[in-house]
Amino acid sequence: MNGGGRAFLWQLLALALAVAGAPLLVGNPYHLNVLNVMALNVLVVTGLNLLIGFAGHISLGHAAFYGLGAYVSGILSSTHGWDPWLSTLAAALLVALVALLIGIPTLRLAGNYLVMATLGFNLIITILILQLDEFTGGPSGFSGIPPLKVLGHSLASDQQFYWLVWTAALLGLLLARNLADSRVGRGLKALHDSPVAAAAVGVPTAAYKVKVFVLSAVYASLAGSLYAHYFGIVTPKTFDIFFSVELVTMCLVGGMGSLWGGFFGAAFLTPLPQVLHVFDEYKDVFFGGILLLLLIFQPQGLAGLWARRSRARAARSA
Amino acid sequence: MSGWEQLSQYIMSGLTTGSIYALAALGFCLIYNATHIVNFAQGDFISLGGLMMYTLLGAAGLPALVALPLAVAVVAGLGVVLEAAAVGRARSREITVLIFITVAASLLFRGVFKEVWGKQALAVPPLSPDVPLKLLGATFTPQNLWILGITLAAIVVLIYFFNHTLTGRAMRAVAINPKAAALMGIDTRRMVRLSFALAGALGALAGAIITPITTASYNVGVLMGLKGFAAAVLGGYGNFLGAIVGGLSLGLLESLGAGALSSTYKDVIAFVVLLLVLFVRPRGLLGGGEETRV
Repeated sequence: MNGGGRAFLWQLLALALAVAGAPLLVGNPYHLNVLNVMALNVLVVTGLNLLIGFAGHISLGHAAFYGLGAYVSGILSSTHGWDPWLSTLAAALLVALVALLIGIPTLRLAGNYLVMATLGFNLIITILILQLDEFTGGPSGFSGIPPLKVLGHSLASDQQFYWLVWTAALLGLLLARNLADSRVGRGLKALHDSPVAAAAVGVPTAAYKVKVFVLSAVYASLAGSLYAHYFGIVTPKTFDIFFSVELVTMCLVGGMGSLWGGFFGAAFLTPLPQVLHVFDEYKDVFFGGILLLLLIFQPQGLAGLWARRSRARAARSA
Repeated sequence: MSGWEQLSQYIMSGLTTGSIYALAALGFCLIYNATHIVNFAQGDFISLGGLMMYTLLGAAGLPALVALPLAVAVVAGLGVVLEAAAVGRARSREITVLIFITVAASLLFRGVFKEVWGKQALAVPPLSPDVPLKLLGATFTPQNLWILGITLAAIVVLIYFFNHTLTGRAMRAVAINPKAAALMGIDTRRMVRLSFALAGALGALAGAIITPITTASYNVGVLMGLKGFAAAVLGGYGNFLGAIVGGLSLGLLESLGAGALSSTYKDVIAFVVLLLVLFVRPRGLLGGGEETRV
């Protein structure tokens, strides 16, 4: 995971300006709604990308972390009357704990045990949400979740939520970038290049991987809580295993482990089903087809194409 | 109904679903041994097996004796296509990329099945007329016997194939050491393709025999496939005997668990078992999978 420190900050600034300007152009609340969902996906995908890029593991359970963030915060704030910010924090702590419990035993193993464990975990969470209907509302969902408040103003409208969620998404990207330059980031980069060498110079590889996994799950949880307090209702279908696959698709389409790649993956794939209504029917064919072609012919995703083009340009000018 | 009768009822239904999990788990093992990847499209092989039986028996009116081998052949063909057009063609040889190719293929297959067969549940006629049978207090249908018998037959054929035929032994050699096998003149690529064909055939068989009980639909195999995967992990991933033991134990555990506690959480059992095995004994009951790294 390498973005070049200075360049990344400029790119992030450009994105922040685009984000600040967008509401001037987008007056339609429905389109704002799509942009808001996009920011939520950017947040989850950024977290997932940390895991893929640093630890080299893929999770098929991020929809479950997203769902836990949404349901736990939703239930605590409405049924138990907690302050939504406090319930968001509580959900994040719970998710961190769960991720720790899954990560510690599985991340020390080679192979694809994390994929298997997170997959099983996602299925369990979906079934629990469906079956524990006295707490979760079952298949019809859980409604009446209060919005988040800032200085006494509730952030209920699409416009107000827009500022909150994009701030969160930009901060999420910045934090992920800083992590790359941290001790943990460098340790994991070494691990990525040579596990044996990294372990030999004393990088606590397993512990670092667990940390990144927990952080990545917390990203998903925070996005889930924001989702719940924005829409006011959550349904089990939003958080099933297929959404986990969709999230991984966003990461892979953009380019595995590239932060901007993940951003573009989410930005490209989020609006598609909303823009093309007919498309909903063929969603599986479309997602499956795109992912399949990319993985076969362009496993580095859009970011890989970009890198190849700039390399070619550099070669020509040299 | 007395306690004993109930128990034998649970055991009968546990062995029936357990057979399906065992067939699916064997499919996972075959592909894992040949390529070291988890084939997430295994469940779709099961769905297609059931859907083909619906079409061949119902719409085309073929006799079961023709329809079953035809369905198995079609799905085996899909397995070969998955290898030839996707997994074997991928530019990257990274395991993670290859696994996600099967995830993508699964999504694509499901989408296509949905377009061809629609979303509704389709009734598949049983292999022989439904008459209730009784044994040790358990009531069941001839279809239960077909499932147990066909699964047993498939296992016997596989054992013979892997121990007494040249091709079967070549496949085992590739699983143990692909390089050495290639040096001995074994066409490893062909063996990998054969593994996909066999995995498809086993999936089709599972789908063809279970859908008269469950009905067929575009996604009927997804959950069965995932549970078959849990069964393979339970038995020891990549271990053939483990797949059979894991499948049957998971089926029994599910049916007895649902009987003893409640059927509400029946579907959770397999995945809780999956997590427990991964946490406590990742090599599974009979050993398999990979060693710890560094």
